[in-house]
Parts: sequence; C-alpha cells; structure tokens
Amino acid sequence: MKGSEAIIESLKAAGVEVVFGLPGGMVIPLYDALYDSDMKHFLVRHEQGAAHMADGYARATGKVGVCIATSGPGATNLVTGIANAYMDSTPMVAITGQARSDLIGTDAFQEADITGITEPIVKHSYLIKKTEDIPRVFREAFYIASTGRPGPVLIDIPSDIQLADIDYKPAGKPDLPGYKPTLKGHKKQIRAAARAIAAAERPVLYAGGGIITAGAEKELMAISRLMKIPVTTTLMGLGAFPENNDLSLGMLGMHGTGYANYAVTHCDLLIGVGARFDDRVTGKLATFARQAKKIHIDMDPAEISKNVAIDIPIVGDARDVLAGILAELKTMKREPKKTALWLEQVITWKKKHPLHYKDEKGAIMPQFVIEEINRITRSDAILCTDVGQHQMWSALFYTHVKPRHWVSSGGLGTMGFGFPAAIGAKVGRPDKTVIDVAGDGSFQMNIQELATAVCYDIPVVVCILNNGFLGMVRQWQELFWNKRYSETVISCQPDFAAVAEAYGALGMTITDKKEVGDAIRTAIKSKRPAVLDFRVKAEENVFPMVPAGKSIDEMIGGHKS
Amino acid sequence: MKHTLSVLVENKPGVLARVAGLFARRGFNINSLAVGVTEDPDISRMTITVDAEEHPIEQVTKQLHKLINVIKITDLDPEKTVARELALIKVKSDAGTRAEVMQLAEIFRARILDVGKKTLTIEITGTYEKIDALEQLLAPHGVTEIVRTGRIAIERGEK
Ligand SMILES: Cc1ncc(C[n+]2csc(CCOP(=O)(O)OP(=O)(O)O)c2C)c(N)n1
Ligand SMILES: [Mg+2]
Repeated sequence: MKGSEAIIESLKAAGVEVVFGLPGGMVIPLYDALYDSDMKHFLVRHEQGAAHMADGYARATGKVGVCIATSGPGATNLVTGIANAYMDSTPMVAITGQARSDLIGTDAFQEADITGITEPIVKHSYLIKKTEDIPRVFREAFYIASTGRPGPVLIDIPSDIQLADIDYKPAGKPDLPGYKPTLKGHKKQIRAAARAIAAAERPVLYAGGGIITAGAEKELMAISRLMKIPVTTTLMGLGAFPENNDLSLGMLGMHGTGYANYAVTHCDLLIGVGARFDDRVTGKLATFARQAKKIHIDMDPAEISKNVAIDIPIVGDARDVLAGILAELKTMKREPKKTALWLEQVITWKKKHPLHYKDEKGAIMPQFVIEEINRITRSDAILCTDVGQHQMWSALFYTHVKPRHWVSSGGLGTMGFGFPAAIGAKVGRPDKTVIDVAGDGSFQMNIQELATAVCYDIPVVVCILNNGFLGMVRQWQELFWNKRYSETVISCQPDFAAVAEAYGALGMTITDKKEVGDAIRTAIKSKRPAVLDFRVKAEENVFPMVPAGKSIDEMIGGHKS
Repeated sequence: MKHTLSVLVENKPGVLARVAGLFARRGFNINSLAVGVTEDPDISRMTITVDAEEHPIEQVTKQLHKLINVIKITDLDPEKTVARELALIKVKSDAGTRAEVMQLAEIFRARILDVGKKTLTIEITGTYEKIDALEQLLAPHGVTEIVRTGRIAIERGEK
C-alpha cells in the first residue's frame, strides 16, 4: 500500500474515529487515502479551528484528538492550537504535510520548518524520512501523547513519503528508552503523606487538571470525605470535585472565591494534586500558604518544587497515589473531629464572603446568564468558554459537578478557543448539551467555524456575553490604569444573530432579562447550532480579584456590601 | 556554580536542537557543549557545562528529562570525575620568540602542531584551568586564534 494508506491504517490502529482538518498540496495523498476510508473527517474553515476542535474533543472524551493540516501556512495555522494543548496537557496528535524530502531546506513553496517552530510547544515531534517508519512513528506518537503527562505530538510528513509504497505491518509496542513515566507513587512518601494528613488540623486539598486526566475524582472525594478536608480546584480542575458538596471551596487564585483563598492562606497542610502552583493560583509566592506543610502529587517531576518548595513530593499517577494514601489512612488511627474547628472557620468565610454580584435594574447581568445556563442544564452540560471575563464568570457562577464537563483554555488563555473546542466536544459527546460561553471579542477569532457547525449539523449553543468590550483587559484598565480604555472598546460589531443566520445557524439577540431563560431553552431544543447574543451590562467586573503580585488573601471586591 | 552535565541521548536527528533550545528557553547560557557517539552507536553523549545555581540546575535537568530522546542525565561531581578539554592555539611567534614559546608549551606538555613564518600552532589537552593558564601566558605574544572543543568528562572508576 501507499504511505498515505499506512497513515490511515495507523490511525485506525490507534483507535481514532474522527479527525479535524483542511487539505492542501502537501497532504493531497493523505486526503486521497482518506477519501476511500471510513474515517470521519471534519472539514474546518481555518486550521486553528481544527486544532482546538481536536483539543475540545480530547478534553470531553479523554481520547487523543487528531488534526491535519498541509505544509507551510496550514501548519503554522495550527501553532496556537498546539501551544494551547501543550499548556493544558491535552493529548493531541497533529499531522502536517511537508514539502518533498528532496526539497526540504531549499525554501520550497509552502515549506515551513514546523518541527522547529513547534519545538518548545510539543511533547514530542517527528519528521518522517522513510515511509517504512510510518507505523512505528504513529504508534509512538499516540503512546507519548496519551500517557504520563499528556500533550501534543506533531508528525510532519513530506508528500513523497506519503506516496511511496510500504509493506504495511502494524507497529509493535513502542521502545522508547528515554520515556518511562513514573506511575506508581513511592511507598514511603505515600505513608509520609498519609501521616501528615492524619496529623493536620487545617488541611486543604488543592486539585488541578491532573485529577481529571488520571480519572482520580473518586479517590479525591473519598479522602476528602474520610478526613473531612475541604477541596479547592484550579481552573483546569473544575469538575474534579462536585461544587454542590459542602466540602467544596470552588476555585482558588486570582479570581478564586474568597473562602478558597482564605482557606489556602491559613491552612496548615496543603495537598496539591495534579496542579502546578501556577502564578495565577499562587499570587505572591512568598506569602502563598506560608504556614502550611506542602504535599505535591504530580505525574511530572519537573513540576515538583518548581515554584513552591514542597515538603512531601510524590511523583506518580494521581489516582494510584491517592488510592495508596487512602488505603494508608484507613489503617491509621484517625480523629474525625480533628478538622471540625477548621470546617467551622470555612463555613464562616463562606457566609461572610460569598460569591455575589449586584443586580442592576433594566440590565442583563452576565453572571445571571451563567446562572440561567446552570439552572436550565441542571449543571449537566459540557460548558466551554473563550477567554476573558465571561470565562471567569463561567468558572464561578456555574456549578461544576462532573469531570470532563468543563472545556476552557487555562494555561495559554487563548481567545477563540471556546467555539471550535465546543464543536470538538459535541462531536465526541453527541449525547450532551454543549454550551459555549463566548465573549464578543473572542468569538470573532474563530467565528468562521459556524460553517463547520452548520455543515455537519453540530448543535452547540454559543452564548455571547456581549459587553462591547475586550472586557477583561478593560477591567484591568479600569482598576489599575486610571480607566484609560486604550483599544478595548469594540465599537464596530456585527449583528451576531444575523451572522449566525447567514451561516444557516439559529441566531437570537437578547436584550431583556426576562428573555434569557427562554432563549437558552429554545436554542437547546432547536437541536441546531445556535448563537445567542446576550447584551449584558457593559462595565461589570469580575470579583473577587487578587491584583497581580499580591497575596491571594488580598482580594478586592470580595466583600458583600 | 559551574556544572558539568553528562547527558545520554538517542542518536536521532533534531536531538541537539531540542537540548540546546531547552537551555536557551529556560534562560541558561551553555558554556560548552561536546557531542559524540558512545560505545553504543544508537546512543550519543553530550557533555554540557553551564553556570547555574542549585535550584535552577535541578529544574533544567528535570525539563531535560522530559525530552523523549534524553535517556539519562548525570550532574557530574567534580570530585569524582576526570574532565579534559582540547584546544588549538595559534600564537604569533617569529625566529626571535620561537624558543620562548616552545618552552612554554613544553612546560604545559603541549605539542607544536604547525610552525609558520610568523606563527606557532599549539595543541594542548587538559582541564580548562590549565588551558586558560597557557592562554594567558601566551597572550603577551599575541594569540591570533583559539579553538576549544569544550569539556568532556567521565566518572572515575571504582577505587
Ligand atoms: C488570542 C488572544 N489575544 C489577546 C488576549 C488578551 N485578552 C485576554 S482577555 C481579553 C478580552 C476578551 O474579550 P471578550 O472575548 O469580549 O471577553 P470579555 O472579557 O469581554 O468577557 C483579551 C484581549 C488573549 N487572551 N488571547
Ligand atoms: Mg467582551
């Protein structure tokens, strides 16, 4: 068979059912092979969309997302999507065409050194030089992308390699002497962690996206329940612990809840699991959880003590390690009342500093739209977001209860991610209601994918919190730059509902608070791709907020007046 | 502090770029880097010297480990390793100064590789301190060119 057919066979061998992409000269052979195969391909309108769709698909399903682009501009259009997947540890395989082998290095037409360009933002990459390597490279790529700390792997394939003949044999088990992720936690460390947990009076569990990757929600819940430990999650960890549980503190960090930030500041034991002590979480490092002993459980040894010194590090799979700690705890003498005072303190904080916002007469409050989405979908939708204020309101005012139901660009903060990611999520989970909460700025960064959604009849509901601003930047300008709104006013805006209709989607403009719920219900019921343009209060701010460089207990707007 | 990292890597295209890129990205300046194949032709060894404090070097080592083609990294303990570097030094020297320069070379057990009308080319092997010392002594004569391999190092055998 041809190399291109071997690519399809290799994808099938990896269990791939869907791919997202857009063809071009250097992948015509691959697309020709695709033509005869039963692989489901979604044609996008921009390759960035394909990468984000693969990413959203992966987050919603836990499977590896796959995207395809041609050489040169097709490949460079993937770059933001690859970086996004890298920062949020999403398993992804990106396939790019490349100029003919004999032309590489000659500045050939549409030649771009994509393995070089993406080198800092991939877990690994390949430039295939021999057709016979195709099965092995694909096998390795999927293995690397999906194991350990997941991430994107790029495979660059010159067109002649796709055309040459190959005697296809499925690849054997990958042999990678330099890649041996540690899965099992160190026994001694696990015991030390259990002892520290049993001894703590003011413990906090701080859970990140690693819980979701590892599927460790049950173990997290079991430890929290057994030892009565409150749990806060990062933005990436939303859904790792149900927020309707009394022990939930919601999200921590720059836009975290007051009670989460106070709890972390005052705890005597901080148990970080699958989280990376990112600067948006820790605020000022010197004062972060300064009274606490710190346990850090992570798949990636490089995350341990990277930003914050750790007392008990444990490298391993979160599920395995938490199960180990749980087993230890069960054999130990426990004092279940030990954290009682602490939990009372947490309740006091919750009462004193609840999430809140002020209703304004005649305006649709953006937070209210999120609350309505939450109510109508019974917290059971897959909620995707773009980046900005609307993202933080989605994090805060929706009740996150299940893993893989929250799809948001955390590490890179990529505007334009939400909508294509929502399409990918819906492709992977057609049984779920998929909502994309978008900003009026962000949505326009990948609005062209309306065509993809309509063409394949992928019914995602886009809820634009239209505030006429690049709102998050405006908020910073308001608070820290003397209200000098330099280039954050979006003064020219399309009629989003009309744009949606022009693409063949359902479009609605909502200006009255009373219509919010009905609009959401109608859109979901329509089973069509839909765009709801909510004209929300323009200059509303996300609170609480920890100003950059401050300690996380130095929040502004955290008090209810 | 100076660290000498001995890094075993798979002998595959792009590995050098990945390793070098990682150092640059994490803000490290590589002082020297020497690469060569090992006793196993599929595996190469890179000897990298960098100036860094303990915490950052630990972080960069962990990041290096994440590169799929990196097999093993050792931060060599100077007490337990022998390290060598080779340098070729071209120094100005005519009939009048030739004897003096050759004598210097001899003290350092360096070899004369080439004798030109106005220059001598010296080959020296040793620790980088030794090479630095010879270079300084030759400086007054006028060093016109110097080529150094960068340090290579190996752990001492068990005693
Ligand atoms: C691609 C990209 N460009 C710029 C930014 C910087 N940025 C962060 S939030 C934001 C405003 C987003 O505006 P909008 O989508 O309307 O959301 P809002 O904050 O108004 O809810 C900008 C410009 C970014 N995160 N991503
Ligand atoms: Mg906006």
